[in-house]
Amino acid sequence: MNNFFAMLGDPNMRWIFLGCMLLGLSSGVIGSFSYLRKQSLVGDTLAHAALPGICIAFMLTGVKSIGVFLVGAAAAGFLATFGISFITRHTKLKQDAALGIVLSSFFGLGIVLLTFIQHGDYGNQAGLDKFLFGQAAAMVGGDVITMSVISAVLVGICSLLFKQFKLISFDPGFAKGLGYRVGLLEQLLMLLVVVAVVIGIQAVGVVLIAALLITPAVSARYWTNTLGIMVTLSGMIGALSGGLGAWISSSVSNLPTGPVTVLAATLFFAASVLLGPERGLLAKWLLRQKVKRSYHAEREVRIAEAMKGESVS
Amino acid sequence: MKTLDKLHQHGAGGVKAPSGATSPLSVSGLSVAYQKKPVLRDVTFEVNEGELIGVIGPNGAGKSTMMKAALGLIPSISGEVLVYGKPCSEQRRLIGYVPQRESVDWDFPTNALDVVLMGTYGRLGWIRRPGAKEKAEAMECLRKVGMADYADRQISQLSGGQQQRVFLARALVQNAKLYFMDEPFAGVDAATEKAIITLLQELKKNGKTVIVVHHDLATVQQYFDSVLLLNVELKGFGPTSRVFTQDMLQHTYGGRLAFLDHTIAAGATEAHGGVSL
Ligand SMILES: Nc1ncnc2c1ncn2[C@@H]1O[C@H](COP(=O)(O)OP(=O)(O)OP(=O)(O)O)[C@@H](O)[C@H]1O
Ligand SMILES: [Mg+2]
Repeated sequence: MNNFFAMLGDPNMRWIFLGCMLLGLSSGVIGSFSYLRKQSLVGDTLAHAALPGICIAFMLTGVKSIGVFLVGAAAAGFLATFGISFITRHTKLKQDAALGIVLSSFFGLGIVLLTFIQHGDYGNQAGLDKFLFGQAAAMVGGDVITMSVISAVLVGICSLLFKQFKLISFDPGFAKGLGYRVGLLEQLLMLLVVVAVVIGIQAVGVVLIAALLITPAVSARYWTNTLGIMVTLSGMIGALSGGLGAWISSSVSNLPTGPVTVLAATLFFAASVLLGPERGLLAKWLLRQKVKRSYHAEREVRIAEAMKGESVS
Repeated sequence: MKTLDKLHQHGAGGVKAPSGATSPLSVSGLSVAYQKKPVLRDVTFEVNEGELIGVIGPNGAGKSTMMKAALGLIPSISGEVLVYGKPCSEQRRLIGYVPQRESVDWDFPTNALDVVLMGTYGRLGWIRRPGAKEKAEAMECLRKVGMADYADRQISQLSGGQQQRVFLARALVQNAKLYFMDEPFAGVDAATEKAIITLLQELKKNGKTVIVVHHDLATVQQYFDSVLLLNVELKGFGPTSRVFTQDMLQHTYGGRLAFLDHTIAAGATEAHGGVSL
């Protein structure tokens, strides 16, 4: 706890802490829609595919800025989604196989480029290697402010277009029938995933950012049957995980932020699986016991009555 | 092929809408292919306003495909679809749609009322959320399909027939003039089927046109004013009494026709294996 307050005393750390929470919030929110559209793996692929895009963007411009990275990652994400649909359309492979191929080949290319950058002549290269697992403490004030603004925009879009995102997640055919531009909305969701990935890269890293898209959403689903509550809860779980990750990793030297953040999210997931009402394991077990007990009690009453009837006759 | 063409014309011929009036749905030369082979070939017909129309054909005949293409949900390789004289993309407000129940994942975090409210999204514009007025309308439609008591129920906890009725209520709240319903009677019990058909007849009485994919040949004559027989190609279209005959059905279902109901004019009823219709 001492550490925690010490950290909040440092204005830079305060910003980083806030940035990580906002990042968790936005990926939790956007991840809910990916999860419900059964596109969780697509998020993972987009995250891994972002790495070569970012490396190339850096090699071309030589600057480390979120804006430049966003363009690189978006271009790579676009190529990756195109690759996936190309493979599923022109071969007999299913989507999961196509995702696997695209994910690993893009990531492989990213690692090669990353090594290249580190051994090459790129002056300002320090920190790019942190993109694999994230190092929140390495972020500077400007990064955090950009990250916060983008997170706010992302959450804002999701709440403005909540109705549309809900309908295309549940019944895209009906949405089309209403005249919604479903293709466009789907691309927007995909783009928002890429945005979440990019702003999360410094803090959490490309390898594990997808967990921050999936785990909070899956955990939140255990607690509610209402989409609005699920999205909010998922955002909160993401924010808490992000905050915890930033705090713990900054208090232990050289501990990357990504793994800690993901472990924190996993903790929430475990708690949800166990304790969630209705869907949770404990709730299911308790319900079964209750039903069993009341059934047996009822049966005993019936038997007792039948015996009474018999003894009378 | 010759006889096919003749039948086709025989079917489509006599049912042109009275000239002058614009038909709620006019489809001409519609062809659709998912892969190389078209699953719908050169379908042409024009429905009359205020009718209940049954779409009949074996599994995989392209009935759902025809509806989706007419609604503009999937691209067609040729053909034109006009709804009240205009492309359907301009007439969204006039069209209501009940998809096949299996087309969505019912384990979605939402309740029955919320699903029905989705039918109001079309008139709400981009930003507005459904308010008290929309909620009241949605409740009214749930009541019409006998599901008012289930408004708050999580949709995965509804039975198949109840889910079907929720979809129907969602279409009702759209307050459209032309309805497409893909197997609204699939998996519902006799009482529900009766309730639904009463509802459809009420829609018809209010001047709406309802196109229904239907599998139970025994009830076709009782339910529908017109019948559209489909098996990749249009096999016949027109008033039920004229089109729903032994010959035409044999022609639509081909050798797959296993049995026909007694209500259909007597004729050869060669028994094949158990083919579900
Ligand atoms: N998304 C798709 N991709 C590829 N082929 C499809 C697709 N949807 C349908 N088909 C094929 O198109 C044909 C027509 O399918 P459709 O769903 O329209 O049949 P249907 O008449 O509605 O059948 P059912 O009575 O079983 O509902 C079938 O042969 C089917 O295999
Ligand atoms: Mg069908």
